[in-house]
Order: sequence, then C-alpha cells, then structure tokens
Amino acid sequence: MVHIPASSVRDSSHVLETHDLRAYYRMKYFGIDREVRAVDGISMHVRKNEIYGIAGESSCGKTTFIKAIAAAIRPPLEIVAGHVKYSFIKDGLYELPAAERSAIRWRHLSYILQGSMNVLNPVRRIHKTFEDFAFRHMHLGRAEFDLEVKRHLERLRLPAEILHAYPHELSGGMRQRVCIALATLCKPEFIIADEPTTALDVVVQKDVLAMIRETQTEFGSSMIFVTHDLTVHANVTDRLGIMYAGRLVEEGRTADVFSNPMHPYTAHLIASLPKIGDTQPRSALSGSPPNLADPPKGCRFHPRCPLAMEICRHENPALTMLAEDHRVACFAASTKVQPSKDGEQGEMKTLEVVR
Amino acid sequence: MTTPLLGLDKVSKLYKRGGLLGREEFRAVDDVTFHIDNNEPQVFTIIGESGSGKTTLARMILNMVRPTAGTIFFKGQDLASIRGGGARRRFMKEVQPIFQNPFEAFNPLKRVDRYLFMTAKNFTDARSSAQHEAAADAALNKVGLSLGEVRGRFPHELSGGQLQRVAIARALIPGPSMIVADEPVSMVDASLRMSIVNLFRTLRDDLKVSIIYITHDLATAYYVSDRIIIMRKGEVVESGPARTVLENPQHSYSQLLKSAVLSPDPHGHGVLIGDSAASQQARASPHPHVSSSEPQVR
Repeated sequence: MVHIPASSVRDSSHVLETHDLRAYYRMKYFGIDREVRAVDGISMHVRKNEIYGIAGESSCGKTTFIKAIAAAIRPPLEIVAGHVKYSFIKDGLYELPAAERSAIRWRHLSYILQGSMNVLNPVRRIHKTFEDFAFRHMHLGRAEFDLEVKRHLERLRLPAEILHAYPHELSGGMRQRVCIALATLCKPEFIIADEPTTALDVVVQKDVLAMIRETQTEFGSSMIFVTHDLTVHANVTDRLGIMYAGRLVEEGRTADVFSNPMHPYTAHLIASLPKIGDTQPRSALSGSPPNLADPPKGCRFHPRCPLAMEICRHENPALTMLAEDHRVACFAASTKVQPSKDGEQGEMKTLEVVR
Repeated sequence: MTTPLLGLDKVSKLYKRGGLLGREEFRAVDDVTFHIDNNEPQVFTIIGESGSGKTTLARMILNMVRPTAGTIFFKGQDLASIRGGGARRRFMKEVQPIFQNPFEAFNPLKRVDRYLFMTAKNFTDARSSAQHEAAADAALNKVGLSLGEVRGRFPHELSGGQLQRVAIARALIPGPSMIVADEPVSMVDASLRMSIVNLFRTLRDDLKVSIIYITHDLATAYYVSDRIIIMRKGEVVESGPARTVLENPQHSYSQLLKSAVLSPDPHGHGVLIGDSAASQQARASPHPHVSSSEPQVR
C-alpha cells in the first residue's frame, strides 16, 4: 500500500460545518419541564481528509453531538437551534426529507460504534451482516457485491474466512475490525467513530487505531473521532476539540493543543496523563462535572477552575481564535477573549424563537 | 522469616467445557507462584490482556473460586481450610474486593449508603445505626467524600468516579489488610482515573493497606505499583519490581505490551501508519483471528 502523507493531499474545503448547534433533551414529567443542555452552541468544521478528535469526560455531550450531526434525533432529544451542513448535501442536513437522509447514511456518512458486540447481529453470520448494512447502498448485483466485500476485506488485510463466522467466534479486536470494514465498505466521505477502541486491550487497540488511520488515509475520508482517552488523540487525530459541559472550550491542531494548551481544563487533562518512566505525583481535578440540567452561570468550568476570575462567574467566554488554527474559550488565556454575544440571555432568546 | 501476607504456591485453575463428545480443557491460570510480604504494604500489580487469567486469579485470591491445583495462603492460613460462616467472615474482614464497573457492582434499585451500613453492621463492632453511620462517614472521608453527599442516593445519581470511590470506601470499612481491585479504573474517565490511582497510593502510605491492582494499563501501573507480574494465557511471563520490569522488559510479550502503549506526546499526523509491519506481526501472534477454540474466560 502506498502511503500518501495526509498533509499533502489535504485541502481546506470543509466536509462538515456546524454553526451554533444546540441539542437539548427536553422532558416533561408531571407538568415539570426539565431541559438538559447536552450540546450548547457548538460551531466547528471538519476539513477534507482529516481526523478531527473530540475529547471530554463522560456526560459532557460528546455522544449527543454525534447524534446531532448524524441526524439520529429521537425524543426527548431535540435540535433547538443551529445548522449542520455537509459538503455532499446541497442544503443543511435537517432541511433534507427523512427518506433522503437515510439514503445518505452509510453511503456518504457512516459510523464505527463503541460496542462491537452490540453492533453485529449475534444470530447472523458476518456476511449476512454485510448484506444487511450495505447491500442496498451499493447498487450492485449479488455476485458483484460478494466480490466487492471480499476485495474490501483483502484491502484491509482481514481473512475472508471471517465472513462465515458468527460474531461470538471472533475476538473483540477482530469484531472491531469487522465493524471498521463494514463502515468503510461504501467508501463514505465522512466517518463518525465513537470510542472505537475503549473496550479493547492495549496491544489490540494499537492495531485497530493503525487500521483506522490507514483506511482513512487510503479512502480519503474525513472523520470525527470521539474518545475520552487523550493518548489516543495524540496518536491518531490531526485536529482536536476539547468539550466541557456541552461546549467546545478549546480547538486546535493536536500537536499545538498538546504542546501549548491554553484552556486550564485542557492543561489539566494533559498534565495528568501518566507516563512510563515518570513517577512524579500527578494531581487529579477536584469536583465533578456539572449537571447539564442546571449548568453553572458564566463559564461552565469556573467552579473547578484554578484560574477563575470574577468575570467567569457571569459571562460565557466566546471561542476565540488566539493563534493560527487554535481557538480557546477562556478569559484567563488572553484578554482578546470576549464574552460570548450569545450568552445566557441570548440563549433564552433563541429558545423563545424556536418555541 | 515472617509469614507472607499472601502466598500462592503453584496455583492452577482448569476449566472444562463440552459434553460427552469433544470435551475441552482450558487452563485459565497455569502454575502461578508469588508472594506478598507482610512487613511493608505495597501495590502489587497484575498485568495482562483479556483472557490472560488475571480475573480468575483475583477470584481465587478472594476465595470465590477454588484452585484446581496448588495452594493459596493468607497470613499462613490455607484458603481451602476456611469452612463455616465465622471463618469466612474473618477472612472477608481481611481481604476486600473492588470491581471493574461500579455501575454493575451496585444494585441500581438500592441506595448506595445501604451497602456501607450493611458492611459496617456485618464486619465491625458497630451495633447501633448511629455507629454504622459514623463508620460509613469515616470510610468516605478517607476517599474524599462525605456521608452527606452519598446519603439516600441511588447509583445513577452519582458519577462513575464518585461511585468507584464509594466502592473503595465500602471496602475500607472492615479495616482490611489487603484490597483486590480488578480493573478499577478501566470504566472511569481519564480525568477521574488519576484520582482513583492517587487514592491507592494514599491507602498504601497512610492506611497501610496492601493492594492487588489488576489492570491492562501499563502507564498507571508504572505510576502506582511497587511490584508487578505480567501474565499471558494463564502463565506469569515476567515478574519483579515494577519500575525495573516496565523500563526494561525482558520477555518478548512484555516488550510487545510496552511497545503497544501509546505515548501521550503527539508525533504529528498519522504516527501509527508506519507501524503496519509491526502490527501485522502482533496481529499474527498473540491474537488468533478466529478464537473459537479458545473460550474467553471472564
């Protein structure tokens, strides 16, 4: 296989753009409204041919964000405001009729999900699963389809025998590789990977990550890669966005974020990574992630932040470009960071309009 | 020589499966020998991939599973000789477990504090409910929580990190001399992982509790442990002081494990691409493609 360095083929056109995306869980029990603001005003873009990483602790809204960009919205989750735009769809994702949306899935937009055991149907052999997922998107005859599947597995260096196996006969790493093969069969423009290696052992994890990276480079897909493990991000992603309590707090090229983290949350996450050969004590972050049904006012990180100032308690910092390709939402990082125009009051206004 | 806190002597565990035809045997743990000294509390780490027998080993140390061959001694007593409720309780007072997934370890329909009170009632001299609460509060304080934060809460109302700390507090109530922690951080967020691992250090240094830390994460193992054994397919392939073993692994499998650890320093784009040859090798050897002949032991 010829490896083309990812940087040489990258162009700056955006495959995915979100603008001020807000997805809330809205529940009504016994007349009491409850609103969980899991994704609250995320504007970002993913360039062609890059792996964009999203990091954050659990319950920071990572999975909700994925659901929102994949149009996998089921009540009580609602898109309250914002746009999601893909380069392969003329209008926004949510302007599309539901039938066309499902035609785009898998063909242009596919997923690698976390629990491979739950993705693969346990009572169907792997080749049947390939048919279930991809046959109707490939527009090929039965024999051609089978040939294409075999060719694809060969490309990914998977043995063809696995097609006749049941999921339980494969090891966890192998199952995850099958899921990757499944997601890349139609050579989609955009792949969403949600914690693809979290349940795997270290040795297997490295292979699977290498396979994801290779596949992505070979097919020129763009990818959103979600995991809470920063060491994985350091090794796989091109750009990295750090999420905290439903908001993007820092975004930049992975190497820049690691060498020069500007948000105190990012800085803490990176400083707390244990390393072989280094035993100096590392502190853990005190406090716990905020309740998204009732997030703190102002910057949502301020109750746990060592650098919190007066302004942080009242105003929400806007995600500001502070260096080339490096955006940060923290008043302490630079005086250039202004309160978000779309602060708490602005949010309320948007809500009223949509309601 | 003083009696070791825990001694394993040629311990093996054999699982058999299948019926009359095609009976298969599977060696989950194969001839494992090690001991933990009594003079100084330590963090003893067992590293291995899934299916390497580390959980089976933990279960045998907890006396939940009997070894097929070999003996396990705790403070000089053979675990096989523990009979009857009283002796069992005395053993459980000394050795306490912490499990992998705190959300599964706690019954979702029971309040979390109930576990603490029941442990206090069964394993300490506390007789009144006020004493139970005092014992629970004291244990929670050791892990950085307080009874006020936990009282009356159900497991889903606490975060994973908090719940895991409650599990550790529960294990501390009887005043054990050893805690067996089976993958205690693998289900916990990276940002909270350090708080749990730091807690183990504190327990060892301040409360003089020895900890058997079972993990597949070499980085935290290096950070926290004093001694280490590396297991593969039920066998111990390498053992020794943690720092020495992890800095300079001798066995080929230990070297493979170490090379698979991702460094947190970013190398730029697509670092992993160049590794395809090495990963091919790794793919070929320790992980059979179709592992039907090898049942996974959990």
